Amino acid sequence: MALGAQVNAGDTAWMLAATALVLLMTPALGLFYAGLVRSKNTLNTFMMCVAALAVATVMWALIGYSLAFDEGNGFIGGLGHTFLQDVTFAPRDGMTIPHLLFMAFQATFCIITVALVSGAVVERMRFAPFLVFAALWSVLVYAVLAHWAFGGGWLQEKGTLDFAGGIPVEMGSGFSALAAALVVGTRKDYGRQALLPHNAVYVLLGAGLLWFGWFGFNGGSGFSTGNSGVLAFTNTLLTPACTLVVWFALDLLRGRQVTAIGAATAIIVGCVGITPAGGFISPGWAMLLGAVAALPSYAIIVWRPRTRVDETLDVLAAHGIAGLTGILFIGFFAQMSWNGVSDGLFYGDAAQLGWQALAVLVTPAYAFGATFVILKLIELVMPLRATEHEESVGMDIVQHGEEAYVTGEGAILVSPEDGRRSDTPVGGRV
Amino acid sequence: MKLVIGIVRPERANDVLEALYRAEVRGVSMSRVQGHGGELDRVETYRGTTVKMGLSDKIRFEIAVSEEFVQPTIDALCEGARTGEVGDGKIFVVALEQAVRIRTGETDHGAVTPVSS
Repeated sequence: MALGAQVNAGDTAWMLAATALVLLMTPALGLFYAGLVRSKNTLNTFMMCVAALAVATVMWALIGYSLAFDEGNGFIGGLGHTFLQDVTFAPRDGMTIPHLLFMAFQATFCIITVALVSGAVVERMRFAPFLVFAALWSVLVYAVLAHWAFGGGWLQEKGTLDFAGGIPVEMGSGFSALAAALVVGTRKDYGRQALLPHNAVYVLLGAGLLWFGWFGFNGGSGFSTGNSGVLAFTNTLLTPACTLVVWFALDLLRGRQVTAIGAATAIIVGCVGITPAGGFISPGWAMLLGAVAALPSYAIIVWRPRTRVDETLDVLAAHGIAGLTGILFIGFFAQMSWNGVSDGLFYGDAAQLGWQALAVLVTPAYAFGATFVILKLIELVMPLRATEHEESVGMDIVQHGEEAYVTGEGAILVSPEDGRRSDTPVGGRV
Repeated sequence: MKLVIGIVRPERANDVLEALYRAEVRGVSMSRVQGHGGELDRVETYRGTTVKMGLSDKIRFEIAVSEEFVQPTIDALCEGARTGEVGDGKIFVVALEQAVRIRTGETDHGAVTPVSS
């Protein structure tokens, strides 16, 4: 609560819009993920993203925001803003937007990150333990990493640069996804049958809406209409375009055809790559980053399905690895003349690369370890997975009692009073 | 010459195909059908509307075979499709009057015998 801090109308207007843009990314991700799974799991997959909208938002307001952004120690924030105490219209130190709006903008980041992790466990994780996981993870992993990177935590203090969330969002979700896939285990037919995406149009539309929302995600992370936000906004156009071009080339080299689902993936990888670097590197280097980021993510997407790790929707490759690439890229190509903050190795400051490398070591370790422990603890209380039979019937019917593509043929209307009778088999044998 | 019709759970269709392949039964058609075979109805709710879904998705296999392949085909269908729960499906065997392979004009036994390649 700096004395004399002024709310700026233009900055506030943009941040209101940016917050709405980022919120749209979560249902967009739901669409993207839903298209990638089999039709019998469409709703359950989408609902995991809706669950993040519910649970992560509530946890953020109760305690997550405080642990991320209240002054505390280097590892975790304080409890001064629990239940949104003292989160009012007065701006935070050095900012020109209401504190309340800052909190809402940051909440949308927490939501999308929780939703991202679900990609590792779709088609077999039960919905109830996922709700518990979402609540715990949003506080114990996301809020902690957000504190390290943005909230005055130790990485930020040392000088690690992360513009819009390469550390908490991208590496946080990617490496947590790997741990979640290992704890929950493979789908029963994984490696035995072809488990194919059921609607590539959803995947493309979801990716398009994610890219649209990402202009708020990166463009809003300058918290103003100033230069860094404009730079990040523009780089969010340039980088994914370059990733797409390189991805097309890699597809052509490998299979002689450019694939649609590959293109949708490339959009995500490009947006992720520029997320940490958006406001720190020039448009030219941002284009190079788009090209470079395609390579490791593409390689892992080709390699991972040949392993026994059923990290189903490749969150590690698309987010963890692409985010890692972006974080390191800053260490080489950050440019004071563009960002006014710091130079990278290429412009004479080798130390910056060191701080970036530090983040690349500690973030995956914390995200992986904490997620592993959280899920193991939940497993002590309730089973994480559906049974084999339920998995073969599909999670939509078993977990939600609905189908995505119901025809209505043979459906008999039940009067409301006996619709919920406890002896009626819900999700029974099919 | 018989037409073997097998109606099975969709989630067992791959297992049936594998079992048929092992039994060296070639020449299979399958289609998606909806049916009801005495299994418990499942209840679904869409906003305020609660419905009993009387029909379940099934896969219908149609396999035309010569006499010596009838039993292996039935065995393969049972092996692939059985879970032991109500709703595993049915097999119907019906007499087949005539079969013609369109490409060559071969009829009957010749038409339902796989091409040796």
